[in-house]
Amino acid sequence: MAVYKFKTPISEQDIRKLKVNDVLYVTGTIVTARDQAHRRALEYFQQGKPLPLNLEGLAVFHCGPVVSKEGDKWSAVAAGPTTSTRMDIFEDEFIKNFKVRVVIGKGGMGKKTTDAMAKYGAVYGAFTGGAAILAAKAIKNVRGAEWLDLGTPEALWIFEVEEFGPLAVAIDSHGNNIFLDVAKNVEANKQRIYQKLGIPT
Amino acid sequence: METKIVETTAFNILKQAVIYLPDDVKQALQKAYAGETSETGKTQLKAILDNIALAEKYQAPVCQDTGTIIFYVKAGDKVKDLDKVEGAIINAVRKATKEVPLRPNAVDPFTQKNSGDNTGRYIPYINWEIASGSDLEMTVMTKGGGSENVCIGGMLVPGEGVKGLKKFVVDAVIKAGAQPCPPTILGIAVGGGADIAMKTAKKALLKPLNEPNADPELAKLEKEIFEAANMTGIGPMGLGGRTTVLGVHIDYAFRHPASFPAAVAFNCWATRRASARIHADGSVEYLTHKLKW
Repeated sequence: MAVYKFKTPISEQDIRKLKVNDVLYVTGTIVTARDQAHRRALEYFQQGKPLPLNLEGLAVFHCGPVVSKEGDKWSAVAAGPTTSTRMDIFEDEFIKNFKVRVVIGKGGMGKKTTDAMAKYGAVYGAFTGGAAILAAKAIKNVRGAEWLDLGTPEALWIFEVEEFGPLAVAIDSHGNNIFLDVAKNVEANKQRIYQKLGIPT
Repeated sequence: METKIVETTAFNILKQAVIYLPDDVKQALQKAYAGETSETGKTQLKAILDNIALAEKYQAPVCQDTGTIIFYVKAGDKVKDLDKVEGAIINAVRKATKEVPLRPNAVDPFTQKNSGDNTGRYIPYINWEIASGSDLEMTVMTKGGGSENVCIGGMLVPGEGVKGLKKFVVDAVIKAGAQPCPPTILGIAVGGGADIAMKTAKKALLKPLNEPNADPELAKLEKEIFEAANMTGIGPMGLGGRTTVLGVHIDYAFRHPASFPAAVAFNCWATRRASARIHADGSVEYLTHKLKW
């Protein structure tokens, strides 16, 4: 378990150094996107419309933050991750088209995303679900709030962060996925549990 | 009873719930941290404990998903102006959304429009109960979406009895995996009917973790399911480990001979609940938290 501290934009070469179970801290720019923002970003790409910022080498964060606004200035009050599996249907295209290097969320992602990460060079960093203040304290500045018409949870928030983490590298760019490994282990344990509880299998 | 007092009390317990985790949950998390053997699992529990301390220090919501807001109101038969309690609670929710602040989490399912203030048709949801006396007791639960998405109800086979229930619960925990932000708390209920089982399961989440079931047989079953769930290896945040659930609460209603309704309600580790009792003279007794403002 090695600890890495990367600054955005992150190169493909650097991201390929990471292996599952490593710990990553990101400094620089991260952008939130949930279901609706993923969908819109991919629509924009298809239509040849530019996104509000270039995502290459940045981190995308599955998060709908609690935000507050004083005058014109937004700040992030609480900003933990949301369940990533909902974004599985978009993420391979998202990584391919926008070249993000880190996907931050909770709960893990599936085979399709794992394959895209291996092919294009990206990792999945699991941020502890619910650890919203830990995340908010690493957000030093809200640089932008885009697509607010989607509602504040679904909008695209551009955060400047300092040592955002700890992110547990749960999918690396070499085809490894902790969540898929745990699922296999759990399936094996299930039989032992059934036996212990006297459940016929 | 003065409506203003009801509104202020509802606001206060809502604010308490989203910022301060109950002591029993904090203790269970500390115990889990000490006993976790998976290195990655331990980093997750450490982040959780650090986060809880930061939320308290900055008086900020412990999780950005401040949930769907559900109230449980136990009203004494002698309490006056009960028809005004709902309005007072709605006002408290609007005020808390702005001032704490809470994330606006009430969306029209047909237009997808977010109301922006955590209110809407049937939301905040209020569960009513009538008791004797002149006190008004209110409990709030703010229920996160991740753990709600894996709640499950089922109509089991009566002939399989409790064994069928155990399988239903174990399968639900395994299927939920990382999604409900484990370590979770399980509320389990059987009987009544499909709706009654789920409502009872959810209400069971309000019980403190350090209070085993009063019925020794059910206490035994709770322990058995607790141990089974922690054998799965799902671990904190689904990254592997021995801590998958923090506690199990079982409740039940009598069932129809042909039916065996069952429900499992999940709560994430960020279990947010708080209660207060308002007396006839207007004095307020906070039952789960100290008032810190």
